[in-house]
Amino acid sequence: MSITIEQRRQHRLMTIEKSLAKRHRKETRFRRVGLAAVTTGMALVIILFASILARGVPAFWQSTVYTDVYFDPEVIQLDEKPRREDGENQLAFDERYGAWLTQASLINWQSLIDSAMEEALGVSVESRQLRDLRALLASGERFALRDQFIEKPSLLGQTVEVKLLASANVDVWIKGNIDRSLPDARQQLSPQTREWADRLSDEGIIENAFSTSLFLNTDSRSSPASAGLAGAFMGSLFMMMVVILLSVPIGVASAVYLEEFAPQNRLTDLIEININNLAAVPSIVFGLLGASIFIGYFGLPLSAPVVGGLVLTLMTLPTIIITTRASLRSIPPSIRQAALGIGASKVQTVFHHVLPLALPGILTGSILGIAQALGETAPLLLIGMNAFVANVPGTPLEQSTALPVQIYLWQGNELRNFFEARTSAAIIVLLGLMLSLNALAIWLRKKFETRW
Amino acid sequence: MSNIALIATLLVIMALAYHLGLTRSRAVAAENDVRMHSRPGYYGVLVALWCGLPALVLFLLWSFLAPQLIEMLVTHQLPHELVASMSGRELETTLRRISALAEGRGVAGGGSVQELAAAGHMARLHTYENLSLVALMAVLVVAGLTYAKRHISPQWRARNQVERVITFALAACSAVAIFTTVGIVLSMLGEALKFFSFISPAEFFLGTTWNPRFNTAGSSAQGEFGLLPLLWGTMMVSAIALLVAIPIGLMTAIYMAEYAPRWLRNIAKPVIEVLAGIPTIVYGFFALIVIGPFLSSVGDVIGINIRTTSALTAGLVMGIMIIPFVSSLSDDIITQVPKSLRDGALGLGATKSETIRQVVLPAALPGIVGAFLLAASRAIGETMIVVLAAGNNPVLHGNPFEAVSTITVTIVNQLTGDMDFASPQSLVAFALGLTLFVITLGLNVIALVVVRKYRQQYE
Repeated sequence: MSITIEQRRQHRLMTIEKSLAKRHRKETRFRRVGLAAVTTGMALVIILFASILARGVPAFWQSTVYTDVYFDPEVIQLDEKPRREDGENQLAFDERYGAWLTQASLINWQSLIDSAMEEALGVSVESRQLRDLRALLASGERFALRDQFIEKPSLLGQTVEVKLLASANVDVWIKGNIDRSLPDARQQLSPQTREWADRLSDEGIIENAFSTSLFLNTDSRSSPASAGLAGAFMGSLFMMMVVILLSVPIGVASAVYLEEFAPQNRLTDLIEININNLAAVPSIVFGLLGASIFIGYFGLPLSAPVVGGLVLTLMTLPTIIITTRASLRSIPPSIRQAALGIGASKVQTVFHHVLPLALPGILTGSILGIAQALGETAPLLLIGMNAFVANVPGTPLEQSTALPVQIYLWQGNELRNFFEARTSAAIIVLLGLMLSLNALAIWLRKKFETRW
Repeated sequence: MSNIALIATLLVIMALAYHLGLTRSRAVAAENDVRMHSRPGYYGVLVALWCGLPALVLFLLWSFLAPQLIEMLVTHQLPHELVASMSGRELETTLRRISALAEGRGVAGGGSVQELAAAGHMARLHTYENLSLVALMAVLVVAGLTYAKRHISPQWRARNQVERVITFALAACSAVAIFTTVGIVLSMLGEALKFFSFISPAEFFLGTTWNPRFNTAGSSAQGEFGLLPLLWGTMMVSAIALLVAIPIGLMTAIYMAEYAPRWLRNIAKPVIEVLAGIPTIVYGFFALIVIGPFLSSVGDVIGINIRTTSALTAGLVMGIMIIPFVSSLSDDIITQVPKSLRDGALGLGATKSETIRQVVLPAALPGIVGAFLLAASRAIGETMIVVLAAGNNPVLHGNPFEAVSTITVTIVNQLTGDMDFASPQSLVAFALGLTLFVITLGLNVIALVVVRKYRQQYE
């Protein structure tokens, strides 16, 4: 039996239809895989931010003890706060004032706190239980009390409600960041302290208050509850100042030269290749450069924001140069020709016409470069900015740390339960800064967007 | 006078000189009733430059050379047999003590008679040096000012001269990039060579054990410095990262470039690019507290022992970090493939995915490979994620669920803490840095060449 032409046609059509269906299925599948990839990427962003926020936001609030402290005149035996008299020179006054401060620091402030806490708990504590009592509060709080008194000596003899930070362990305990069913041997706090902490918390004497110390204090080793970001923030600020002051002018100048003035020769080719390569050099290599040249050779101080700033400047330069060049290139030649045509010189053309028009692009690129520098950690570790610093640096030459390095230091702290939240909080601050810089860049781009 | 005050004074004088030039050029123009060659501002700037620039250059040279000269003179003045008896290190310490004494700060032990004498000498020299610097600068300022002021005339081509200075300054700025590269290479090469005087290169590049014992005082135990475990760890982490980033990144790029409607593209692109802007320390922390424990519990469920800090954790998170890098580079390259190629394939009846897989991707392949290489070099050089999440275990093994160590982690470990630039324990960081630099440089150069070649193909 022979197959008719019609049958053959039918068969062919069927094959084509079958394969077409298969091909279309493949098409859908491919498309779905693409969509899945996009969704994964976006989901990862969300997971990252959600997990950081979930852990970090609680750390902006901290267990704080509100208690009445009696500034007992029997304990505070202190002369009157010295005042500068007429005709007294600054030096003599400073000496007198210094002596008074010394006297003030010798007072047993801790005992005031102890009795205030006894009052709050309604118990009288024997000396061997004193440790349990003191474990409730951050250990540096007696200095906070002292400073409060020095500020306002009229408190003498009065009872005032003060705000004292609860200790890190109490904070962890009250927030439930530690397994409450762990046996005593594995708890940081003694059973007595835990009971007291719970009682005070129920009575509302220990409250979860917004933690200003996180923003106002520097890092602290002895009193983790009062550890704050102020020092790191200032360090980062100084570094960013150095970066802005150096990398933006130098970067823009070299981009202008390469794009507008440079002759096409071997040397400019070399510079260009160089810049592209520098943009891709690992950041830690810049740290090695800083360690051996700035610190080893020029003898600049270790851990100083100025060194960090210099290293970050060198890192940021390529980014700024590349974006500035792109921005200059997008200015149409007609602008230049018009300026040259009415007799402007090359320099005038560039500085009076091209550069102002390219400014939005240059600003955007610079801000992005600076944002990148703000988050950089690795090179700073190599120039010693991971040293523990307890003061807010006053100049870029003083020892300091930086926000990302503070995150690194806190994540490695042995008080894990407490510092995990604090690290996340610091990350939120850093991300907040970075995102606002990025938003600023996007806003600038949108605002000045021109289509030629 | 302190340096800052000196520079500030100079700047004030320059501002005055600018004003002087400005008024003078106007006066000259009015006097002679002619048009000047340049606008008055240029005369002002030129006078200011003549007045300030030579002094500024002198100041810079002086601050580089004078301290060395003084140090030399002071060393010369110390008793010869004392200098001869000291090693370079000791001499340096002595000089530091002397300069501390000269500046009126005390030193431990109060300083010997000789040191005190030298300090007095040094303090005197400092005074002379400061005085002569100020005097010389003043001479230059006055000379420059008189010369420039006298030259203001309608014929003086002020604008051309000012512009020459500007162009020169711009060129000098772009030389910073070259100096940076030279600085990187020289500093690392210098220290790495010092390291190779302790440990032979063969031992370093071929050694399979990494165990740099720390130098305790007195003992000269040298430990073993084998690069291979670190290199292997680096490769393992980077490979995992690329296995994560390449499929997701590439598919994202394809979807964004070929399928996505405009609104989705407008949302998804910036959101994914946020990943590129997040500091790597944040990724490291994320790996440590979220991904690590998650992987570990997944491992428990399926019966594999996965450490919280492991090559897998670090690689996975690093992969997330480089997704936007891969996707935006590939996106650029895919959109650059000419439309005519797509139209041809579609016209022959190919489906969209067939067109992409069989026409667009092969056409874009060189560029995409370039993008992958750039991503790989970024993964190899990444530091903070591996410092936090890879576990630091420099042993040669092939298990991605175990901790590893990488080149970057080791650089950080060797150079943080006390910085004694003379021991092989810290010098090795520079040898490692050099290795890292060479590897990433090689990858970058190949990638850039490939990408550029590919661009030319379609331009």
